Amino acid sequence: MKIIKTFVTGLVSAMLILSPVAYADKWGDQFPHIKATGDIPGDCSYEEMSKKNYKGKTLKINTHAVPVIGQPTALHAEQFAKLTGAKVDVTHTPAGDLYAKAMVPFKAGQAPYDIVFGFSNFINDWRQYLAPVPKKYMNSTEMKDVTKSHVGVSSWDGTMYQYPVDGDRHYLKYRKDVIDNPEYQKKYKADTGKELKVPTTWKEYGEMAKYFNGWDWDGDGEKEYGSAEVMKKDDLMFAAFFSRSVAYAKNPRTPGGFFFDLETMKPNINNPGFVEALGDWVEATKYVPPGGINFGLGDEIGSFGGGQTLFSFSWDDAFIAAMQDDSPIKNKVGTAPLPGADKVWNRVSGKWENQYNQAPYIVWGWAVGVAKKSKEQEMAFDYLCFFSNGANHQADLAIGNFGVNPFKNSDFDPQLYIKTMGWDADIANSYTKTLKDMEKSKNRVFPLRVRGVFEFTSAVATGTSKALAGQLSPQEALDEVAKEWEAIVNRVGKKNVQEDYAVGVKMEDNKL
Amino acid sequence: MNFKQKYVFLFPGLFVLIGILIFPIIFVIRLSLSGWNSYNGLNFIGLENYIRLFTDDPRFWESFFRLSFLSVTTVVLQYVIGFALAHMVWKDIKFQRFFRVLFLIPMMTTPVIMTVIWRTFFHESLGPVNDILSNFGMSPKWLTDPVLAKFTVIIVEVWQWTPFMFLLLLAGLLSLPKEPFLAAAIDGASPVRKFLYVTFPLMAPISIGAIIIRLIEASKIMDTVYVLTSGGPGTSTETSSFYIFIKGLREFQMGYAASMSFTYLIIMIVSLTVIAKVLTKLMLKD
Repeated sequence: MKIIKTFVTGLVSAMLILSPVAYADKWGDQFPHIKATGDIPGDCSYEEMSKKNYKGKTLKINTHAVPVIGQPTALHAEQFAKLTGAKVDVTHTPAGDLYAKAMVPFKAGQAPYDIVFGFSNFINDWRQYLAPVPKKYMNSTEMKDVTKSHVGVSSWDGTMYQYPVDGDRHYLKYRKDVIDNPEYQKKYKADTGKELKVPTTWKEYGEMAKYFNGWDWDGDGEKEYGSAEVMKKDDLMFAAFFSRSVAYAKNPRTPGGFFFDLETMKPNINNPGFVEALGDWVEATKYVPPGGINFGLGDEIGSFGGGQTLFSFSWDDAFIAAMQDDSPIKNKVGTAPLPGADKVWNRVSGKWENQYNQAPYIVWGWAVGVAKKSKEQEMAFDYLCFFSNGANHQADLAIGNFGVNPFKNSDFDPQLYIKTMGWDADIANSYTKTLKDMEKSKNRVFPLRVRGVFEFTSAVATGTSKALAGQLSPQEALDEVAKEWEAIVNRVGKKNVQEDYAVGVKMEDNKL
Repeated sequence: MNFKQKYVFLFPGLFVLIGILIFPIIFVIRLSLSGWNSYNGLNFIGLENYIRLFTDDPRFWESFFRLSFLSVTTVVLQYVIGFALAHMVWKDIKFQRFFRVLFLIPMMTTPVIMTVIWRTFFHESLGPVNDILSNFGMSPKWLTDPVLAKFTVIIVEVWQWTPFMFLLLLAGLLSLPKEPFLAAAIDGASPVRKFLYVTFPLMAPISIGAIIIRLIEASKIMDTVYVLTSGGPGTSTETSSFYIFIKGLREFQMGYAASMSFTYLIIMIVSLTVIAKVLTKLMLKD
């Protein structure tokens, strides 16, 4: 009897332990995208979604152009349709047009799309037209894994309007095989008298990028260059500029606003901190690949990810592309916080402080919401929950040009990258440490989340692109931006912008 | 047919005219008097947008003068090349039909797709153009030099739309009467004199029409700029329509964009009327 009891207990235990694996095999075979992990149990897993029946219903989605975020949207739409029987129509729109593509019908009281993708800083303009995320999804297993800061990013006044599918921040990516190479370290020292190491200031970044610009330093028979950056006007270039500005202009000793002085709402954008950063950026045009000042995000990903440059800084995508299995530089790249500066502008005293300063720029990232007027809200939220379920999310993270980056607590475990993606342990450790440290920093900058945000960022793109093209000096360009910002504040209403901006300032000043 | 019946037949056309022409213009005028944007509705703000446009927006006027330069240059080049090609295949030459079809191919392709291909050609680190030129020690900044980028836009526009000019001019050449040419031949006129004193004057009416049609089209340059340079580097290739697009559909300043559109429409009507009159006077003086 005892033997039978032991046998039955053993059998049941084995079945319980192996059941997720059995799931994994079943769904992993049908959907090759999740082959590495199989299905991961959860409220929106493949298994759960297969129980839904949306036959005869159509879900309409407006998303970004392929590949960044557009490709995973289309892929998960196809999977969702297969599992639930729904028809899913996906429209792809260039980044610069996502805002208006949703706003025009929103303003006209229509809902041609059930789901609209955009950037998370659109929240203030879009939230009145979006359906809040229902409790059922807020309590889902998938949502419980989302970091606190990304729950905050997707919410306004405690209500979540954007469904978390991505978590973004800017950081430095570099070629480990060059920076850690003893021969190059010796050569660099001999030629410049300086140490070759991971740059901790933008000046060091510029010096190294210039040194390694325009010659074949990896022996592949082709020229390599210093840096790949997003410099194309209107293509997220404002975010790249802010990444370069935070070191000089985000002073932890002067709380009360990075973009504006919260009290007066006078723009800080043309103060010497920002001007210094733009001066560095103009210099950078000398060490980017030919045509580099026309690089959009896709070009930057392709350039650094394809092994063309020594450095890059922006979202995770270029780094993930470089770490993909098919990359010629897999396990030859490293990550570090954004470079800092040896001086930082004090906007209160109106003087430079000669001390080291570094500030992470939490760029947030892709955001998605369900239209309040949509007649298919439940199906729309199911799709979004499915989009970011455990299996899809882990598989998406491994593909550089998908644009899906870590935003769940489980994403910060280096083992995820070592075991499922084949990364070297030291690279996985430094990657997760870079991300974790940014979460912990007390000197962070968050993007603007105010009404009419696109007008502000568009003004920055226009002004800085004029400086990069040599049409204006950095000071003239940013004076022009400041003048435009003042005009926008007057149009939107000083109090309105102040009220919105105060929320971001609280986060930057660690009061929220 | 009595009076009422006449109107019954007139109504369908009238409705279409009101629906697709009159209503949009009236709506644009109304929109231009509002501050419609992402944070305001269709509120009436009088002439505020127009005052801003005329007193505080040099970028609009810069983009307009840039557009004038681009459209005049492209149309002149298209006319010269188009006329030359049409003249070539007008004569009895070998493979005449083949050339006629060949010259029309660019016009039949989709502008956006062709511009993407041109952008790839002119890509400064990956494109074949610089790959070839680098053998001769040259690597022009086709898309990132503020001056050269304008000429890149011109090259693409000329390539795309010269066939249209070619088509109109060839049709004109084929419809010319034979007698003046016979008379010129009897008088022993050289080919150059025949062209200057017979072909060109006879082609003047159709030339004016073709130039005006192309000027109207060229003044709307948008897709080429959007795909090729996004108006950059800086604002060096930004044209009026692209600037209006940025303000209206990127920044969502719909009211202001409407005021720019309406102003632009008035300027275009006036300037094209003047150009047509001047061309008629110059080319049809005899």
